Amino acid sequence: MPPTDDPITLSGVGVTYSGGARALVDIDLAVTSGEIFGVIGESGAGKSTLLSLLTAEVGATAGTVRVLGHDPAGLSRAALRGLRRRIGVVFQGVHLLANRTVRQNVALALDLRGPRGRVPASERRGAVDDMLGFVGLAGREDAYPSQLSGGQRQRVGIARALVARPDILLCDEPTSSLDATTTDGVLTLLREARDRFGTTVVVVTHDLTVVRRICDRVALFADGRLREILSVEPDAGFAEETYLDRARRELGA
Amino acid sequence: MTGLGESLGRRGEDLLEALGETGYMLVVSLAAAVVLGLPLGMLVYLTRRGGTAPNRVVWWVGNLFINIVRSFPFLLLVVFLIPVTRLVYGTTFGTPAATFSLCFVAVAIYARLVEQILREINPGIPRVARTMGATLPQTIVRFLLPEAIPGLVYALTSATISLLSYSTVLGVVGGGGIGDFALRYGYQEYDYPLMYFTIAVILAVVLIVQSIGHRLSVRLDHR
Repeated sequence: MPPTDDPITLSGVGVTYSGGARALVDIDLAVTSGEIFGVIGESGAGKSTLLSLLTAEVGATAGTVRVLGHDPAGLSRAALRGLRRRIGVVFQGVHLLANRTVRQNVALALDLRGPRGRVPASERRGAVDDMLGFVGLAGREDAYPSQLSGGQRQRVGIARALVARPDILLCDEPTSSLDATTTDGVLTLLREARDRFGTTVVVVTHDLTVVRRICDRVALFADGRLREILSVEPDAGFAEETYLDRARRELGA
Repeated sequence: MTGLGESLGRRGEDLLEALGETGYMLVVSLAAAVVLGLPLGMLVYLTRRGGTAPNRVVWWVGNLFINIVRSFPFLLLVVFLIPVTRLVYGTTFGTPAATFSLCFVAVAIYARLVEQILREINPGIPRVARTMGATLPQTIVRFLLPEAIPGLVYALTSATISLLSYSTVLGVVGGGGIGDFALRYGYQEYDYPLMYFTIAVILAVVLIVQSIGHRLSVRLDHR
């Protein structure tokens, strides 16, 4: 395979679990720099396995995976940690530390860097507070996650994933536990993150609305196979629509 | 209650000494619980199948130690450990030597409680640590311990109360303490008011420990 600048390329990738179940079969795809790439399919289509492949939690049993120029399976443990620090992950369940404040949760991503990558405490705090401002949580820095709404918690999750300025942002069903208006806010935020930081975004979802709203391209998965890649015209106007307007439109009143 | 007043007048100093001995036993065994039991519980949690650092041998040895110590009837453990105690202390008698076997129980009890608390942590947390590129020490210090702290404090309360109960039989090997006092001067000398009074003191200690542990744990818990 010729080297490319694409942050993620898979060629002929298969994942077979030890029980013999084939989660992914012969996947070829390239995610280009700075795009928002959707991955959709029903439960069991292979979406989660694809995500775990990109975070190097699962290894490919066939084919070649390149993430930011590296094959995760071929890296030493230290090099793998280095690669993972260049990838932000937003989880469906957010998974914030319950006994740490919003600021402490977001600062974690910076705290993990080794002595060479260490940022001075004052600068770190500035970076964290800037990021919290970006996600719309200025003023809530000292709150604990239990004091926030579901949408706010997901914004903290996004801030945590972005604060170290990753090259890739992976989102696993980022809005599936949120209501429609909150979902719109989070989706707008993901697009702003791409626009402002140039981050390549991969969104795994079963929700077609997510794709229609923010994705540039989308990969359709079924039964572990990539069926099609479609280009999407992002729907720019959605953020201004209120919940009631939307209800009127969708219910045809 | 003149009987009790008289008994306390005669045995007051012994009672204070016995309380001091119990205090010594608890402080030393709780220190062992935190210094050795906490890491042991963490080790068993991390090395279990599907854990952050799976290792069958380490998991099996740690788990076996906890199970063996916990399944020993305590008095028999004390007797069983006599040769080891002699090796370590040069004697098998007295409060420090008696505390040795209590430390074994403290480590095993607390290790098991720690492991259970860690298992209850949202499994997403170790996953976040992994995908953020955290090292094993970072995963422990920055992710697992902060999540577990309220539970760990509360579990230490439970361990303290269990250890207080265990410590009462250490009179058998000359360990002294409040339980020995109740048996020796209350039960054996037919001074029942003194025995009941001593039991009331133990009860008060338990209630105080429980209440402190509960409050501290609630204050630390932001879930």
